This record gives sequence, structure tokens and C-alpha cells, in this order.
Amino acid sequence: MEQILQVFISGILSGGIYALASVGLALIFGVVGLVNFAHGEYLMLAMYIAYWIFNIVGLDPYQSLLINLVVMAAIGYITFKVIMERVLDSDHSIQMLLTLALSMVLQNLALMFFKADYRNIRIDMTNDIMNIGFITLNTPRVLAFIIAIGASVLLYLFLQKTFTGAAMRAISQNGKAAQLMGINIKSIYCLAFVIGTTLVGLAGLLISPIYPAFPTVGASFSTLAFIVVVLGGLSSVPGAIIGGLFIGVIESFAGYFAGPAYQQAAYFLLFILVLIFKPNGLFGRS
Amino acid sequence: MLKLSNVNSFYGEVQVLKDLSLQINQGEIVTLIGANAAGKSTMLSCISRTVKSFTGEITFEDHRIDGLRPDQVVDHGLIQVPEGRLLFPKLTVRENLELGAYSKRSRNNRKERLEYVYGLLPKMKERSNQMAGSLSGGEAQMCAIGRGLMADPKLLMLDEPSLGLAPIIVLEIMELIKNIRKEGMTILLVEQNVRQSLKLADRAYVIENGRILMEGNGKELLDSNEVKKAYLGI
Repeated sequence: MEQILQVFISGILSGGIYALASVGLALIFGVVGLVNFAHGEYLMLAMYIAYWIFNIVGLDPYQSLLINLVVMAAIGYITFKVIMERVLDSDHSIQMLLTLALSMVLQNLALMFFKADYRNIRIDMTNDIMNIGFITLNTPRVLAFIIAIGASVLLYLFLQKTFTGAAMRAISQNGKAAQLMGINIKSIYCLAFVIGTTLVGLAGLLISPIYPAFPTVGASFSTLAFIVVVLGGLSSVPGAIIGGLFIGVIESFAGYFAGPAYQQAAYFLLFILVLIFKPNGLFGRS
Repeated sequence: MLKLSNVNSFYGEVQVLKDLSLQINQGEIVTLIGANAAGKSTMLSCISRTVKSFTGEITFEDHRIDGLRPDQVVDHGLIQVPEGRLLFPKLTVRENLELGAYSKRSRNNRKERLEYVYGLLPKMKERSNQMAGSLSGGEAQMCAIGRGLMADPKLLMLDEPSLGLAPIIVLEIMELIKNIRKEGMTILLVEQNVRQSLKLADRAYVIENGRILMEGNGKELLDSNEVKKAYLGI
């Protein structure tokens, strides 16, 4: 029983990160209508930024959090202005090819500049543990979970409570009507894209003390984020949060009962089952 | 106030608007009538700039607006209430209304505008926390008009406000338009409900196949044989 609880909480902790890595994808899809296959690559970039700041300047990822977020926002802004803005009115297939290409370019640039080595950030906290009752938790993972869920909930509140957030929801429901309200939809698209890339960047930063950076680290998170977002009903931010936690728990239990080799198989299987029986996602409406 | 000169618009190969010119003066209520697919909504889309490609000149209060973005047209106070309402279904009535005041011109007066609209449409106040998707047809149209009014329009363009509504509700909507008009609003009303809208109008244009066919005051057109034959079935 104690072990089951330990496994469950461990899953929830991972799930928080998955949620944060996914909410941006859901937001970009919901508001901009763009399927961003390069989403995970922003997580990879943020991990490298954290790594290099740690190695060159000596600031650990938590100390460099603000710098990292600003740089990620800037990268998101530049991507949108230079690349994405040109395909907003294009066919979905063109947009997908473009983001897929962007993902390959970023991976290979990382390979060229940073090599294929696994780069770990070892800070004092990396192996810290805390005990709550009989449960043992790794401190960076707890910290990552708290910040991740906090940021995801902040995004949700931003969408629900602010005027700009209402404009975003309006665009995702009816772009033409939103234009007639005097909403400059391109600038809102840009904002949504920047928020999306910054949040997945934050996810990368949070796992950097416990997970190595390498050029294709984003790819596995991309796949995961896509599954989470589809489970959550595509464009729903709360759906993505719950979907992330859900996948985390599934993965954790699969690892415990069937072995680590089956973790991915477990959530892919679940994914397929959901697509068969609830094609709009667990929380999506038809 | 608003002037269209020689506007041409194409939808693929098909020319939807052909050398269309018309004018609306301050304080007027002008009706544009015509059959389905005559180009009425396309004309409004050209004015609001949601249709990108057209030729010709559109001026509003002596400003050329044909090169602007849709949101910039709204900033000028040229507001469209689109055909089929196009409410945001998963937003509350109140959120829908507030978004009507998104533009620079009324963003800071959001509260006063909302009070004004609630005063004009008490039903919207009752429904304020309900999702807009759950409104009945008539209520949805009221919400859409209220959302347009939130922007503090100089010229309000209503596209088929009576579409799909029961006759009694149509009268209610027409009454509402009359009230808005009394407060000095300039209105461009696009309608298929010819009799009701001509009764309301100071002036009217008849549009057919993308061309202005006739122009005159509301009464004249109501009495004209062509209109009677073509639109009233008499």
C-alpha cells in the first residue's frame, strides 16, 4: 500500500511537468490553429540555455529562471514573426510541414553546435530528498511540480479572468467575429505563441537538474505533449493539465507493475483506446 | 459619412460586386435590400475589411479605409453586427458584450457601455452569466446587437438581423433598431425582410447580382412596382 502511494505520487510529480509541457501546445492549437511539431524543441532549447548559463556563468537553473524565460519568449517571438506569420492563412498541411521542418532544423543545429553528448546539470539539490511520512520525494521534482502546476494554473486564470484572455478564447471560438470586435488577431496569435513557447521552455528548465539535455530530448516530450493534448480535448488548457497528470500516473504505474520498458507502451495503448472510444478526448466535447 | 465608389469584388472567378457605389449620410438609416447571394454580405465584408481582395474606394468620414486592417476599421467606429450573429458560444453573455468594447475607442468606457446596453436590453442583464450558446434566436440577435453597441459605433451595420426569427421576434428586433435610431445612431441595415426594413428606412438601395439597381427613400421603393413584384410578391 505504501509503495502504491509512493508510485502514485511519483506519477503525479512527473504529470505536473507533462501538463506544463502540454498547455502551451493546447493554447497554440486552440488560438492560432497551428499544430506545432517543433513544440518539444523549445523545451530542448531551454534545457541547453540552462546548461550553458550554469556552466559559463555558474547560475543554477532556478537562479537563471527569469533570464531563461525572457530568452525563450524572445525566441518564440522571432519564430512567430519570421516564420509562422507567413503561413497563418495557409493550408494545414503546409503549416505541419513547416513546423516539422523547424523541429528537424532545431534538432540538427543543436547536434552541430552542442554535439550529441548528454549534458547534465549537477547542482547540490539534484540528489536532495525530502521525507513526508513514509514517502520519499526528490526535492527538484517536487519543486518542478509545484512551479509547473502553478504556471499552468496561472495560464488558466489568465485566460478566464483577463480581457486579453477573453479575446484569446473568443478567437478560438470564432476568428471572424473576433476581428469584428476590433481584436487585432495577429498580435493575439503572436502573444499565444510566445506564451506557449515560454511555458514549454519553463518545463525544460525545471527538469534540467534531473534530466540530461541532448539534441533530441524535445522529440520524446513532443510526442508526449501531443498525446496529453489529444486526451485533454485538443484546445483545452484545463484538459491538458488533467491529461498531463493522468499520463504521469499511468506511466508511473506501468513502470512499477510491468517494468520501465512498458511505460511508453502503456500510455500509447491508453491513447489508442481513448481515440477508439472517445475520439474527442477524455475532456473534449463533441 | 460612408462612401463606396466603384467597388468590385471577386470570389474566385465569380464577380460578386460590380462597380458598386453608395453613400450613407450622418444620422440616416439606410436599408440595403436584395435577394440571397446578391452581394449584400460581401459588401459589408469589404467595408469591415474581412474580405481582402477588392478594388475601388471606401471612405469613412473623409478617411480612406480600404487599406486598413479589420481592427482599425473598428477603431474608426464602423461596427458590423454580422449575419448569423456569430456570438462566442462558450463565453458568457457578459463576456460577449464586453468583448464588443475591445477596441481602443471604447475599451476604457467598458463599464458605462455595459450599463447602457443593459438599460436598452434588460433581458441581457438577466442572462449575463449564461453561455451565449444557450440563448434563443431572438436573444442571440439582441446579444449580437448589444455587442455591436458596446463599441460605441458611429455607424452600425446590421447584417440580416431578422434572419431565422419568428415574425413576432422580428417585430421586436425592428422596434429595437428604431429605438437605437432615435438616439441618433447612423445605421446601415441589410435585410431580406423587405417590407419591415423599408418601413424603417430613410433611404434604401436595391442590390441585384452585385449591382445597385435602384435607390430611393423607403416609401418610394415600397410603392414601386419593381420592388413589389420582385420582393413582395404582389
